[in-house]
Amino acid sequence: MPKPRVKVAWFDFACCEGCQIEMTNFGEPFVQLLQHVEPVEFREAMSEKTTERINVAFVEGSFTREADRARLEEIRTRSDIVVAYGQCAVSGGINALKNHMDDYSEAVYGKDCKRPHLDSQKALPVSAAIKVDYEIPGCPMDKAEFIRVVSQLVHGTTRVYQPSYPVCMECKRRETVCRYDDGDHCLGQVARAGCGAPCPADGIPCEACRGFVDNPNEAALAKVLHERGGLPKKWADTKSRMFAANQRGDA
Amino acid sequence: MGRNVNISVHHITRVEGHGNIVVNVKNGTIEKCEWQVPEAPRFFEAMVRGRHYSEVARITSRICGICSVGHTLASLKASEAALGIEVSEQTVLLRRILKHAENFDSHILHVYFLVAPDLVGAPSVFPLAATHTEVVKRALRMKRLGHEWGSCIGGRTTHPTRAVVGGFSSLPGAAPTVRQGEKNLVELKQKLLAAVPDAVETYKLLLSLAGNIPSFTRPTEYVGLVDDYEYGLYDGKIGCLLPDGKRELVEVSDYRTVTNEYVVDRSTAKYAKHRLDSYMAGALARININYNRLHPEARKLAEGLGFKTPCFNPYMNSVAQFIEAVHSVYTSVELIDRVLTKGLKDETPVKPAKFARGAGAAEVPRGILFHEYEYDSDGFCTMGNCIIPTNQNHGNIQKDFEKLVPEMLAANRPEPEMELGLEMLVRAYDPCISCSTHYLDVTFKR
Repeated sequence: MPKPRVKVAWFDFACCEGCQIEMTNFGEPFVQLLQHVEPVEFREAMSEKTTERINVAFVEGSFTREADRARLEEIRTRSDIVVAYGQCAVSGGINALKNHMDDYSEAVYGKDCKRPHLDSQKALPVSAAIKVDYEIPGCPMDKAEFIRVVSQLVHGTTRVYQPSYPVCMECKRRETVCRYDDGDHCLGQVARAGCGAPCPADGIPCEACRGFVDNPNEAALAKVLHERGGLPKKWADTKSRMFAANQRGDA
Repeated sequence: MGRNVNISVHHITRVEGHGNIVVNVKNGTIEKCEWQVPEAPRFFEAMVRGRHYSEVARITSRICGICSVGHTLASLKASEAALGIEVSEQTVLLRRILKHAENFDSHILHVYFLVAPDLVGAPSVFPLAATHTEVVKRALRMKRLGHEWGSCIGGRTTHPTRAVVGGFSSLPGAAPTVRQGEKNLVELKQKLLAAVPDAVETYKLLLSLAGNIPSFTRPTEYVGLVDDYEYGLYDGKIGCLLPDGKRELVEVSDYRTVTNEYVVDRSTAKYAKHRLDSYMAGALARININYNRLHPEARKLAEGLGFKTPCFNPYMNSVAQFIEAVHSVYTSVELIDRVLTKGLKDETPVKPAKFARGAGAAEVPRGILFHEYEYDSDGFCTMGNCIIPTNQNHGNIQKDFEKLVPEMLAANRPEPEMELGLEMLVRAYDPCISCSTHYLDVTFKR
């Protein structure tokens, strides 16, 4: 008897849905994945819905509206394991870039910003509403990491490894010239690794899209960005808001 | 004596983002017939304020995971217009190839994974993986090609890394030398040519299923880029085509005179209108406007599929997408040849010459996209505006509903069939609702 497939479902909240798209980029091997997992609910890709117990629920996107709390709680109740995937779900990601502003709604919607359907609180991680068992960070998530986590869950491994060293380590490992040595700036020294450092290798700074390492030295980061990277003081101080707004000391 | 119909599709499946369909008919009278959009707003235009020009495209790319290449390119072009930057010919050629990759990638995803299940009566692609394994494998293979194609040029397809203000941060395939970069382009060209048999099989599949595409017509205005250089995707002026064949060209900097966003009391989303009550953007609009600029190989397939322009059937948007996908394969091969003939050069991105205001447009898979920014003298953004194609299409979807529902009632179509027909219509537009950076006015009647 073959092992029964793990029932998996996907759900999305405030996000760009790019992490779902990453899954379609596997190509033919995706068919192999279907030998191990059985998609039972996935609004963007399927019309089927399930009333059965979900073994693993993948949740993408940030928690930005109180109205979404009930939907998240329902997902939690229906599922054995909840995985937050993509940075929006893990930390609030890019959506949290508005969190320090008090006029974001007015700036975009003008006089209509008070209308109830445009309500949007601070962008928060999924874990602000429900218990999250595992996290797959990144903007977008790294599809190899996704497969690794799925593989561990399918095989019943409970501990999913998450690097706590910075992206700089991965640049050194692949012998990428440091962005600072190239006259640029970079957040690699405080950014959580695990992506393989593709951005500096492509000639652009790491923007810390997987968030910070544990206990980042933010003061030193601002100093390095200003003194070595040549960023004006104000930019150096606010640089890490792009993807790590909720992890900053001023959040 | 008339019939009652109650259709309420909450969060329609197999579309990107969240939308609802509500149709209430009482005694044969339509009380409500609405396309509603309850997506969570995300405030990108506020978020770009205070960010440096080098960060803006990286932020607005995150508006949409499927059209992130297009958002990146429209954003870069707007910033470059504001910063007085003129990019090199090589940059334009490579960006064109990157844009083709995204359109191919997204169209394959839409046609195979989101639309095809309706045409074969399946709820999704997953059951087909067991019954039609070879077809699903082909779809995944083609999707993978789109990803590799875009990644070769842009670093990756979901939020590309290498496309930056002023050019590219590294050579194709992040090559350390121009020679290696050229080799990477040759390899990409071979991959594209090797995909032709899969495209032909897709053509045959589509031909066999074409009979299942609903026939419905509603002439409307079509809006899309018109480019002197090629079939409008990466660049051009705003082209508008009316049902009577009348054409108009508008400068991108005047995009607001075309989009004219407005709110209707009983409406569910913000509408856009130009010369008529609504207009359509997307593959069907582009093909109606630019048919004679299609690659001859794509035109051949269009003829084989019986596709004639102007086509006023919105359901045919999916067919138009496939024709465009084929066009992109052949055109990119030619664009690669052009880069190779000129010889790949290692170029440094062009620096800003001024700091002002500028707009940029690009065609994303779902239609024409506008970005506009203003920068202060230190290069920090003070204003952003993004108008996405799906928001331009909401009004047209609504107008289609208003013609289609009475026709369905007159033909006495059963309720489930009506519901499927409306869902398929929405899917045909390939809406990308999570792009809702902009104003959405939702007034629900409960």
